[in-house]
Amino acid sequence: MRSVLPLVLAALTLFACTRTDSSSSPAPASSGSASAPPTPEKTTLTVKGSDTMVILGQRWAEAYMNGNPGAQIQVTGGGSGTGIAALINGTTDICEASRPMSDKEKADAQEKRGAPAIETKVALDALAVYVNQKNPIQEISIPALRKIYLGETKGWKEVGGPDHAVVLYGRENNSGTYGYFKEHVLEKKDFATSVQTLAGTSAVVSAVKGDPNGIGYGGIAYLEGIRALKVKKDDSSPAIAATMQTAQDGTYPIARFLYFYTAGEPTGIARRFIDWVKSPEGQKVIEQVGYYPLPKG
Amino acid sequence: MASQTTTRIRITRERSSRSLRRQGGLGERFIELAIRAVALVSIASILLILLFVGKEALPLITSGEVHREVTLGSMFAPIQTANDMAYVWQPVSETPKYNVLPLIVGSLKVTLVALVFAVPLSVGAAVYVSEYAGPRAREIVKPAIELLAGIPSVVVGFFALIVLASWVQKVFTTEHRLNSLVAGLGLSFAICPIVFSVSEDALRAVPRSYREAALAMGSTRAQTVLKVVLPAAAPGIAAAIVLGFGRAIGETMIVVIASGNAALLDFSLDRSARTITATIAQELGEVVVGSPHYSVLFALGAMLFLATFVVNFFGERIVHGMRRRLGTVS
Repeated sequence: MRSVLPLVLAALTLFACTRTDSSSSPAPASSGSASAPPTPEKTTLTVKGSDTMVILGQRWAEAYMNGNPGAQIQVTGGGSGTGIAALINGTTDICEASRPMSDKEKADAQEKRGAPAIETKVALDALAVYVNQKNPIQEISIPALRKIYLGETKGWKEVGGPDHAVVLYGRENNSGTYGYFKEHVLEKKDFATSVQTLAGTSAVVSAVKGDPNGIGYGGIAYLEGIRALKVKKDDSSPAIAATMQTAQDGTYPIARFLYFYTAGEPTGIARRFIDWVKSPEGQKVIEQVGYYPLPKG
Repeated sequence: MASQTTTRIRITRERSSRSLRRQGGLGERFIELAIRAVALVSIASILLILLFVGKEALPLITSGEVHREVTLGSMFAPIQTANDMAYVWQPVSETPKYNVLPLIVGSLKVTLVALVFAVPLSVGAAVYVSEYAGPRAREIVKPAIELLAGIPSVVVGFFALIVLASWVQKVFTTEHRLNSLVAGLGLSFAICPIVFSVSEDALRAVPRSYREAALAMGSTRAQTVLKVVLPAAAPGIAAAIVLGFGRAIGETMIVVIASGNAALLDFSLDRSARTITATIAQELGEVVVGSPHYSVLFALGAMLFLATFVVNFFGERIVHGMRRRLGTVS
């Protein structure tokens, strides 16, 4: 009798282990349908990618789920590169990206998923150049910004600021914002090695907030407790502040589209969600988050 | 005293295992097998992880396609950049640059800062607990320090980012808010418990007769500690430092958050540092599986694994050697 008890305990432990295994494994497709009334179609959707877009994606998902009970949308960040890798590997339904996919990534997606990556423009963002509130500088030109991030500008004095060194903050290299900035501001040259790479735009914002000599870049929606510089296309062009109008008409030099990518034409819930995002109702959410809706037409 | 306790435990353990074997029921044998299997699984999983990491890093040595971008040798050689030859880690670039020296320097810099802060504190605390503290104080201080090990490293990192960074900048007026000093200070929280525990074990393993002899010769308590107990426990304390080093160099979360992660080949403490662990954590999520960058990251992981393995191996050996020498083999 005494020797049986531990045996039972061991068996129970094993049982408990297997139970937790099966319930903890992330299986959004099956776990949702177990409790919901049986529907012939998949009602869960995973959205993954850009950290710039993660809050936007979550607001969209909340608003969509409020209007469509039964739909389950999970939104996670990680960076555009992470989202694109997930799309290629088939671990997400929709990839959010703050930069277009490269030709190589599109070829990878075609090869691994057997369908082309379909791009949908969903919103507009003005890439903002952040400085600390105490920084007296009001505007900067793209060439000057390039020199700063290539490490050629050592002090704020060279761009009309105080006599302090420039402290560079940026994103890690899986970020779409990193890729966009590198391509459109640095002309594909390498960032200075002294750029401190932080995880997520909000980390960049809080770093610049606490550093009078700091400079950072990121989505316009994150502007809080810091200031965005007006941007000049080159030294002789006018300084443009990032607003909905300048982003939509293209006068703000570093405005960019934000994208959804799917493997093949979206169907089912993905199709409905994307259509809703592009509808006036979905586009209204964008303004609440702080980005800009797509230009009309 | 310590030796007496261990012997007593050993005796009890032997007696109980003998009685188990005597009962020898089917159930007992099953459980014994099951427990043995569990132990084997943990060893096997370590081996499998090592194999996996090695396998993913292997193309760095064997694949011609990878060699067009990077070889094992080029990871340590200076690279031609726009202006001059430099040691640069810039894997996402027109011409990817995979020089790992800035990362190794970053890891060592942060780890050494952590040791400089953690070792005197922890060893001092260990001396206090084992030599000076009464049983009451010991029962409070010891668990309190060991509780530090239970703080999630992300919380420590956050604390370093928000509180330590501002404090360090104010006190040392550093130009960069996030730097090696901040990360190292944060890291020292993580290694204090292990350095303390191992040192304290080492001090307590010094037989009571050593202390009694020293006191009988007329030494003061401080003389006993400094001239007799500490030298006798020195190998154990060295092992504690070595194990703390292994823990620090493998820590990821704190340094990702608090170091600023700029890959600089720079030895000054007020500049940022990008450690090997932080690099893997930040970049592995995005690389294309099987690409040169992927292999390089796994090679970094393998290097780290080997380094901590060797360090921990020697750490443990020193501890065992000392125990044997002092006649307190456990």
